[in-house]
Amino acid sequence: MIDILIIGSGGAGLTAGLEAKEKGAKVLIVGKGYVTSSQTSMAQGGINSALGNITEDSINAHIEDTLKSAHGLANIDMVEKMCNNAPKTIEWLDKIGVPFDRVEEGKIAQRQLGGASSKRACYAQDYTGLKILHTLYDNCLKNGMEIVEEHFLLNLVVEKGVVLGATFLDIASGEVKQILAKKTIIATGGYGAIYKNYTTNANASTGDGIASVLRAGGRVSNMEFVQFHPTALKHSSVLISESARGEGGYLVNSKGERFTDELLPRDIVARAIYSQIKSGEDVFLDLKHFGEEKLLKLMPQEVHLCKIYEDINPALELIPIKPVAHYTMGGIEVNSNLEVDGLKNCYAVGECSNAKIHGANRLGGNSLLEIIALGQFVGEEASKDLDKISIKETNTQLKKDMEFIESLFEEYPFSQNFYQIENNLGEKFYKYAGIVRDNNSLNNLLNKIRVIKASIDNMGITDKSKEHNSNLVNFLEFLNILDIGEIVVESALIRDESRGGHYKEAYPSEDKIYKANSIFWIEDSIIKSKFQKV
Amino acid sequence: MKIVIDREDKKVTYKVPFKSTTLLKALYHIKNYQDPTLTFSSNCRSGVCGECAVRVNGKEVLACSTKINSGEEILVSPLRYHKIQRDLKVDRKEPQKRLKSATSWLKISKEVTIGISDVGESEKQSDCILCSSCYSACPVLEVNSNFIGPFALTRAYRYIADPRESNIKETIDNIQNSGIWDCTLCGECTAVCPQNIDPKMDIIKLRTLSAQFGYSDPNFISMSFGSF
Repeated sequence: MIDILIIGSGGAGLTAGLEAKEKGAKVLIVGKGYVTSSQTSMAQGGINSALGNITEDSINAHIEDTLKSAHGLANIDMVEKMCNNAPKTIEWLDKIGVPFDRVEEGKIAQRQLGGASSKRACYAQDYTGLKILHTLYDNCLKNGMEIVEEHFLLNLVVEKGVVLGATFLDIASGEVKQILAKKTIIATGGYGAIYKNYTTNANASTGDGIASVLRAGGRVSNMEFVQFHPTALKHSSVLISESARGEGGYLVNSKGERFTDELLPRDIVARAIYSQIKSGEDVFLDLKHFGEEKLLKLMPQEVHLCKIYEDINPALELIPIKPVAHYTMGGIEVNSNLEVDGLKNCYAVGECSNAKIHGANRLGGNSLLEIIALGQFVGEEASKDLDKISIKETNTQLKKDMEFIESLFEEYPFSQNFYQIENNLGEKFYKYAGIVRDNNSLNNLLNKIRVIKASIDNMGITDKSKEHNSNLVNFLEFLNILDIGEIVVESALIRDESRGGHYKEAYPSEDKIYKANSIFWIEDSIIKSKFQKV
Repeated sequence: MKIVIDREDKKVTYKVPFKSTTLLKALYHIKNYQDPTLTFSSNCRSGVCGECAVRVNGKEVLACSTKINSGEEILVSPLRYHKIQRDLKVDRKEPQKRLKSATSWLKISKEVTIGISDVGESEKQSDCILCSSCYSACPVLEVNSNFIGPFALTRAYRYIADPRESNIKETIDNIQNSGIWDCTLCGECTAVCPQNIDPKMDIIKLRTLSAQFGYSDPNFISMSFGSF
């Protein structure tokens, strides 16, 4: 019998699991891939904590910077909870073995990231996420954590609004399975992959957990807020960390002119680059003045990536860049205990949730902090009152999902190739629900998504093998992309203002009417929405 | 550009419309537009998740970080010494169990001042992305499937070299059997690591440390007995 089912095995899921296990709960972590391949491995720059190891800093300054970047949509209590806990979070990571870089007196090294008023991001070269994730994994092995890999989330099992567990496709066997638990924590990551080929995110960031909450009758919020990272490599959308600018890198156009303050928040820098590109300029990141030795010491990964994907040596040449989707601020609507709005015994944590930390725009270095600080918090929360809940046997959802998966194996051939549609849609999301938006284009995109949804019967899986069928997994992800993409566009449409990551040319400033969270849910197969004042 | 893919019992040739691209992009092109049944693993596309390790012309590489050009002969095969699940997708769970055998984690964490040079001591080792390339390249695994293998030993060293560790002996004890002494120091692991980690050197260092804890090379002992 499982007390707590954790869906998602990235940094948030592992941390929640370690904390819940520590509190005595019987935990099972289920992920769709291998633990160490999660999106967390891609976080480079650092994890914020106002330690003041390099420059003077205070927790209040960290709170203020976070709130400023959030443009009125953060919940002050949540931000305070996270920032107050940050020093303890770093202390814990340090204790379990994360190899943070150090400064001479043995203190943890900290670097400047955009929008921060001090050198606040603790780092391990430009592999901060990778090294945190692997250290968490090593600790899970040490503590005998039960982890099931390669299980794709199908649906939450819900009866009368209470979550009883979830159904999964076991990718290896092709079987549909059900895992029941007293409580469920969703930690499935963001939805950046809707911007396919125009995102720094991993292919697997398809918002599966968010889509499952929508299908189960729960609520999501602020889905229109997507952060575009100013500096991804031009031809591959591979991320060049903000630390490159934090350490003193310049942004220049084709004429070699600098056109913005590189350390402004990401949304402003991304728009500045976007307008240069729109006016016909190419934009570059200039790191040449660092010299090869310093570059290799500070950003070995970036040097490596530039060589592979752009065929250039950043110590000698300019790096061609463009801004692409990087982080999704919106997500599952949760209360201050991270319980999912509309569903009982169910929590959400990390990028899949909207814990009102990042509001309209996330500060660099706060995402790793959120997954660890709130991962610990949710692990502790979910461990409470477990003895008051008994596991209820049911198989209604399981039967439905078995039938659904079986039905996908039936028809063939299909007149439409969903991969082609997905690639095409990724570009459309970037162009029309991207850095600069307008209602006309958003409406066109919404229509396009609805047309695709209406013709879904013309698409499906060509691969009819039961075992290790990645064609099937990709198709299920595509269905999630459609559900989530539709809400992203609808949310963007109803917010006629510009705030943080959401920018409309026709409404270029903040409007106090919209100092509110946009909430979406599905009722009787109809998408419903409302604004909830902050 | 032509690519030959080792698909279980047959080699299949595909043509992709690129002059120069990454292998991963070519694989996706095949899957998206030619043959959706082609099965391989990938996720981050930028060399940090470790999912897309395969062999190209026999050598272990990350598909996302490998440039291929038309005119080249390209034979793509799955990693060795892993159970092939389908086409290029292999089961990395079994090799990862070696991390448990090696107990490669911080045993008892003590409070200590960590200097810049201390971090440097295991910085490279902690760059490991668990792609399993080194495991596939290791000739010892061909004859001794119990061998702990390079990545788990490198990880053991990473924690032994960590100044926070106050119980080095336990890890040293756990890497003796089917561990550091079974390595032939051929360096194949070092040659293929996409992160430029040097497991061979880590194993040499672990041998030196083991000697300090009273261990010696069991092969050497049996050899000397054998000669009399």
